[in-house]
Amino acid sequence: MAQNAEIHQIIDKEYEHGFVTELESESIDCGLNEDVIRFISQKKNEPEFLLEWRLKAYRHWLTMKSPNWANLNIAPIDYQAISYYSAPKSKKDAPKSLDEVDPELLRTYEKLGIPLKEQEMLAGVAVDAVFDSVSVATTFKDKLKEQGIIFCSFSEAVHEHPELIKQYLGTVVPTTDNFFASLNSAVFSDGSFVYIPKGVRCPMELSTYFRINAANTGQFERTLIIADEDSQVSYLEGCTAPMRDENQLHAAVVELVALKGASIKYSTVQNWYPGDKDGKGGIYNFVTKRGECHDNAKISWTQVETGSAITWKYPSVILRGDNSIGEFYSVALTNNLQQADTGTKMIHLGKNTSSTIIAKGISAGRSQNAYRGLVKIGKNADNARNFTQCDSLLMGDTCSAHTFPYIESKNKSAKIEHEATTSRISDEQLFYLRQRGISIEDSVSMIVNGFCKQVIRNLPMEFAVEAQKLLGISLEGSVG
Amino acid sequence: MLKIENLQVNVGDKNILQGIDLEVKAGEVHAIMGPNGSGKSTLSNVIAGKDGYDITQGKMTFLNQDLTTLEPEDRARKGLFLSFQYPVEIPGVSNIYLLKAALNAKRAEDGLDEIDAFDFLQLVKSKMAELKMDEDFLYRDINSGFSGGEKKRNEILQMSLLEPKLAILDETDSGLDIDALKIVAEGINRLRSADKGIILVTHYQRLLDYVQPDFVHVLAKGKIQKSGDKSLALTLEKSGYAGIND
Repeated sequence: MAQNAEIHQIIDKEYEHGFVTELESESIDCGLNEDVIRFISQKKNEPEFLLEWRLKAYRHWLTMKSPNWANLNIAPIDYQAISYYSAPKSKKDAPKSLDEVDPELLRTYEKLGIPLKEQEMLAGVAVDAVFDSVSVATTFKDKLKEQGIIFCSFSEAVHEHPELIKQYLGTVVPTTDNFFASLNSAVFSDGSFVYIPKGVRCPMELSTYFRINAANTGQFERTLIIADEDSQVSYLEGCTAPMRDENQLHAAVVELVALKGASIKYSTVQNWYPGDKDGKGGIYNFVTKRGECHDNAKISWTQVETGSAITWKYPSVILRGDNSIGEFYSVALTNNLQQADTGTKMIHLGKNTSSTIIAKGISAGRSQNAYRGLVKIGKNADNARNFTQCDSLLMGDTCSAHTFPYIESKNKSAKIEHEATTSRISDEQLFYLRQRGISIEDSVSMIVNGFCKQVIRNLPMEFAVEAQKLLGISLEGSVG
Repeated sequence: MLKIENLQVNVGDKNILQGIDLEVKAGEVHAIMGPNGSGKSTLSNVIAGKDGYDITQGKMTFLNQDLTTLEPEDRARKGLFLSFQYPVEIPGVSNIYLLKAALNAKRAEDGLDEIDAFDFLQLVKSKMAELKMDEDFLYRDINSGFSGGEKKRNEILQMSLLEPKLAILDETDSGLDIDALKIVAEGINRLRSADKGIILVTHYQRLLDYVQPDFVHVLAKGKIQKSGDKSLALTLEKSGYAGIND
């Protein structure tokens, strides 16, 4: 029908961030064994404890199997065909400021629309940019330092604050947690580290931009955020990757620790290369994100997932402390042959804990989009509450949407609510907006953004605008 | 401004419009009346460019341009406005957002810059005052949870903001109580001017008490059966549609 023809046209829009940066980079040969892990650890000049930690993870990983319970078709991954270390080859001394950064690299960021210098001045956003595996520039660090806030690359934190790493690394996502988390623990390259001291409210949004550039490299970043008692922080990550015909693996781990009374807001705008129209290439985004809340703490995940060939991701909250709060706001958009199986886990352990889940799935093309969520109420979690709302929006009739809610309650006082809807963009809605002079692309984008409003409004202002544009771009060509 | 000659339209394999001739000149108000299923809404939709209608014969021009080659949004930007019989709900999108986007789309067509946010708010508030609409209307989702009357009033608000060259009002009077009808009619009359055309598609005479048409056409069985001045509407009111088929 007319609508489908239109929808298919918007889908045909090409990926905008598909350029490759010509940079000399230092990689190791493909393959994975203990020597590779030692090489990575040595390259990064890591302390012994971390090497041991990696090796332990690796040995456990060898005993594990790739998970197959998700509603995903994943071609077998040859882990020996991946290079586990790639760094832009720069002068021996890593750049100390933006002036020392390879101009080619900075141009890459500009193409991505994140001119670091401008962001520094205009947005008041401190950006820790991770390019392949090495963090190239950390802005605003000094300003944050004044308040005792640590915001740096993970590698730097390993050297400057080994005690914090030792104390918290792997406490939320242990090395044995799951296949991809174990792999990450063994070979992780870099990532971001944040520590907010007691009672400090971080004065600006902290932001990291990830980008996978080199061919055949997996990116395994590791992020650890610790919000000490009664502190507050808002963190945003954005991701893009160039177009390549091969699939690339991205297996990240993010751990959040919200100590007593602390609050962490973690927002993601994920726009990895989704593969072409026929499903060739694209990022495998297999990510483990989890936070732990102590008494009266709050962790809020907001994600807008528009990229990747396959997304396997369940940002979760362990509500260990009494009166703690977990939130998950998600938009997952799939187009063409993209697949997403994403959702959250809210694990209620403390008393009077509450969680909110708002998940919006948009499927177009021949894509598959699944929400998978677990709400678990432990036996001591008196008066726990959860509210879950899952809405699916279908564009055309060749895509699919699924909802897999799991609820386990061991405490009778728990209150759990679940709502779910599935709808379509109707011809009537499109015609109405077009009759008001609005182009078909803008009409679709408007309807989709309206559908996602509950989630988008949780993003920090400047990124909400970006996310809205992204939703429009990702659907361009799918109607017309 | 609008010229339709021998327009024939199929939906599926059903022949809904069987040769319509209609000319609307600037400054004129035409009323198209007819029983249910006569093709009134089809005619409105076809003029505005909705998908799903198959034009098998005939010509349709607006400001001397062939309408059939234009997308609905292009027709709108050139000044063609359709007030919907059943305005659709669009959750999560605020009225003000749509109003501004629609106005700016038209301004772009006219070679104008986007309207200043402050000027826009002034303008839209003055239009709302004319229609006796509350300001909180602006921040509600498009037509979501609106009563029938609110939806129609919202259509008229959009129309008065966009100031179209040709407005087609499809059953705008249905679902309105008498007070709302008067307000809506005033809105339509304000648009009325020497350079604009208006088509009122309606079932009943009562709107025509407030907006006096220059011409009345009776549409039945896919054809205009009879045309005349406003007295024709009164005749219809008395004798019903059954009497006009001779």
